[in-house]
Amino acid sequence: MISQYVDKDNIRTGYEAKNWKEAVRASGEILKKNDFITEDYIDAMIEMVEDKGAYIVITPGLALPHARPEKGAKENGLSILILKNPIEFGHSQNDPVSVVISFCAVDDSSHSQMLSELANFLRQKENIEYIKKVDSKEKLLNYFKKYDRGGEK
Amino acid sequence: MKILTVCGAGQGSSLILKMNVQDVVDEIGLDADVDNSNISTAKNSGVDLILAGEFHEDALEGFEIPVITVSDFMDNEEIKSKIQNFLEEKGE
Repeated sequence: MISQYVDKDNIRTGYEAKNWKEAVRASGEILKKNDFITEDYIDAMIEMVEDKGAYIVITPGLALPHARPEKGAKENGLSILILKNPIEFGHSQNDPVSVVISFCAVDDSSHSQMLSELANFLRQKENIEYIKKVDSKEKLLNYFKKYDRGGEK
Repeated sequence: MKILTVCGAGQGSSLILKMNVQDVVDEIGLDADVDNSNISTAKNSGVDLILAGEFHEDALEGFEIPVITVSDFMDNEEIKSKIQNFLEEKGE
């Protein structure tokens, strides 16, 4: 169930970011507010993109920032940030980004169920299209619940 | 055969790619173990095939292991056609 990983405290919609760093930082702040990570983890997510490039933009319009567990992950968790205006991350194919889903994991494997649920959800293009445009967390939470119940709209 | 999916940290995008590659492999009936890892350990992993994002193309240059790169990690059709092309070229 994807809704077990999301609630009103880890979604933010309509965020106006000036650049990708601001977007990653804002999505990290949600994780921090939920006490999933320390401040260091946010810096580490940004460093990861600076070092290794915008490969975290895994599919058109969606970035998946994260850092290594030892960089300050306290619990497994994720956050969903919907950008008001799409932002360039520097990916040749998948820019611009409207959805930033950051996650943290305490080790290399215990978060695989969470990512697997997320991957199943994102594999359906209509879900990505919906989430890119959603303008309130209530709507998004309802959408996740409906999805978990088997997709009736 | 052994397939490895890789990314920078070895626990985010490579894990998602691994799940999608596993789906594709099951769908086409290929007998393969799929695992994920980070780029630095991929070179000497001894696997038969590596899958990664196009972004990592440069970092994977000069590998003796064949590398397939994909741009959309969530597009199983892209993954499937690239794996099938690889298998055809390999003559299997």
